[in-house]
Amino acid sequence: MQHTLRQIFRSGKFVVGFSIFAAILLIVTIYPLLVRESPLTIIGQGTFFPPGIYVSVYDSLTSPRYTLQLDDAAAKRLASRLSDDDRLAMKEWLVGAGLLESEIDTTDTARLLGLWEATYDPAKRIPGLTNAKRNYYVRLDASLDGLLATEGLSLATKDPQTGALIETGQVAQTDYANVSQVANLRVLALGTDNFGRDVLTELVTATGVSLQIGIVAGLVATLIGLTLGLLAGYVGGLVDDVITFVTNLFIVIPSFVLLILISFSIGQEQRGAFTIAVVIGLTGWVWTARAVRAQVISLRNRDHVNLSKLSGHSIFRIIVADILPYIASYVVMALILQISSAILAEAGLSILGLGPRTTDVPTLGQMMNWAFIYQAYILGKWWAYLPALAAIALVSFSMNLMNTGLDQVFNPALRE
Amino acid sequence: MKGYRKYFLNKLAWFFVTLVFAFLLNFILPRLMPGDPVAAIAARLAQGMSNATGVQAIYEQYTELFGTNKPIIEQFFIYIQNVVRGDFGFSFSQYPRKVADVIAASIGWTLALQFPAIIVGWVIGNSLGALAAYLRGGFDKALLPVSIFISNLPPFGMAVILLVIFGVQLQWFPTSGGYGFDLIPSVSRTFLWSVITHYQLPFWSIVLIAIGGQAIGMRSMAIYELNADYVKYSRFLGIKDRTIVWYVFRNAMLPQITGLALAIGTMVGGALVAEIIFSYPGLGTTLLNGILGQDYPLISAVTLIITLMALIANFLIEILYGFLDPRIGAAQAD
Repeated sequence: MQHTLRQIFRSGKFVVGFSIFAAILLIVTIYPLLVRESPLTIIGQGTFFPPGIYVSVYDSLTSPRYTLQLDDAAAKRLASRLSDDDRLAMKEWLVGAGLLESEIDTTDTARLLGLWEATYDPAKRIPGLTNAKRNYYVRLDASLDGLLATEGLSLATKDPQTGALIETGQVAQTDYANVSQVANLRVLALGTDNFGRDVLTELVTATGVSLQIGIVAGLVATLIGLTLGLLAGYVGGLVDDVITFVTNLFIVIPSFVLLILISFSIGQEQRGAFTIAVVIGLTGWVWTARAVRAQVISLRNRDHVNLSKLSGHSIFRIIVADILPYIASYVVMALILQISSAILAEAGLSILGLGPRTTDVPTLGQMMNWAFIYQAYILGKWWAYLPALAAIALVSFSMNLMNTGLDQVFNPALRE
Repeated sequence: MKGYRKYFLNKLAWFFVTLVFAFLLNFILPRLMPGDPVAAIAARLAQGMSNATGVQAIYEQYTELFGTNKPIIEQFFIYIQNVVRGDFGFSFSQYPRKVADVIAASIGWTLALQFPAIIVGWVIGNSLGALAAYLRGGFDKALLPVSIFISNLPPFGMAVILLVIFGVQLQWFPTSGGYGFDLIPSVSRTFLWSVITHYQLPFWSIVLIAIGGQAIGMRSMAIYELNADYVKYSRFLGIKDRTIVWYVFRNAMLPQITGLALAIGTMVGGALVAEIIFSYPGLGTTLLNGILGQDYPLISAVTLIITLMALIANFLIEILYGFLDPRIGAAQAD
């Protein structure tokens, strides 16, 4: 046993796969201990907030102010509010309105703005301008207000009786708040999803749930497959015929179709993550059964098994003591593959809208499904689907790498 | 020739057994729902449909179609009769369209997309796998991890990646549908061109997934064959390397064909999901619409058709295998 383990861990592929898998497991266990928020809490009012650090505007106004004289502050402010694309678009409009192209210098902000303010008229018809583009210019024009201002902003509160505004303070352009002194800030490393939930927290929980589904499904499938394979291979005769017949039937019937029919028959309310896992397991055992049977048949007439039979050991004892150890490595490999394919199966089901019901826990497949329904792919909201996709691929990749590594250890023909 | 006939008859018999079994499953599984299936269907339907006369019509039609008041054996034969006539009843979500019409409109798209894609993927994957086994070294070291990674992406994952890169970022290909939404199907150059561009992304996403899985299988088969005694013997005899590689490829390919026959169901399932990502107007999207619309007759019919497609493909591959593998004729003749 120790020797086998040492051999396994000498295989590069297995070690890489195992490290990735262990890292994922570690994150899935530790993260919930640090972040205790429920993964399905809706924190964002709106969809798909981009990843970043969110600082409370209100709190940063009331936190201690520091004056910093930074030379590039004005340029940066300008750049963030008026991008190069905006400048080109402005030039395009101005040219369209009849100005000479050579007169317009997009790098000279003050001149450009001056020209713009003098010429721009939202009602003016420019040939070839689409409606969307026209709206864009109206928005752009509104955002240009006060772009070159050097004074600060006034803060005011409303008088509850008269409704009049009373100035309570000033914010200068050189005022800075220290982020560590702002009472409320939230790091959304992966932004929010379509419901306004923290994608990172959701992702970690979903990975955990998907792994659990995979493990339950894998265990169910492997147990059924192992039992049937052992029975068919060792007992033989009629039992073998029946089991082989059933196995061959289920091999050609697409298991995906079975999954769809069963999940749909169960109905939305009854579909918990555990139920889905069991259903996936119930439809995925055929390959294990088939392979175990073949291996057992080749073991059945070995000398040590015959000796055991002659000694009057029970069938159960012969199977456990004389046959199982020889197919153990195969069964472990099959289990690993079952787990990874179960995770993929859950994801496929969820895309079809037949995954676990959405109110209890997120799964990786459901995150993909939500991203799909809310068109995150088309809208370019990568944080809503790419992390979930990467998690699925990494889990499945690490398991298959482990499997390939094991295969090379136990199957000498493949050794390098 | 006698041996082959026995093989074919055997496969044909098996095909019919699986066919009956597929009908049985499609018949029994929905009846495992607690309660009267027709009532359950009507209850689900009532949530999504405002047309009261439509609900009533469907309820009556389904009581008759399923024959729920008759014994279960008789129900099964009624069901088989309806299926053979191609009568799947009305679609719930697209009432008054018939399920058969909905499927007829989408099955062509699926057939034209999936089978070429699976075959192309199979051929490319096997060639790459055999090449990796023969060359070893750098090519193998690069190909194996890439293949493992690709084949472990869920099928829709590959679709999403292609969609985002080539559809949204580069805008080389359209992102959804089977043809431009502003076109009416016709045999014009614009329409055909539109169909071809819409075809690319779903096609290649299925091909790439198939390549990954096939390359891995072929690589290990070919490595196994390369170590076989006949290869060593041929080398001693001084037979040209290219000839030996051809022998190896041919021998390693046979199990790969069997593998394709067995995996075709899984591949079709994966390809259906890829269709959904691209809103390709095939069976996958129809299935999704059926599920979203709680449209039981549509789901049942689509799953049955998919099973049939997989069974037929499986049967055809096994027949082909019979021709290719010389051992079959010999073994069955004994």
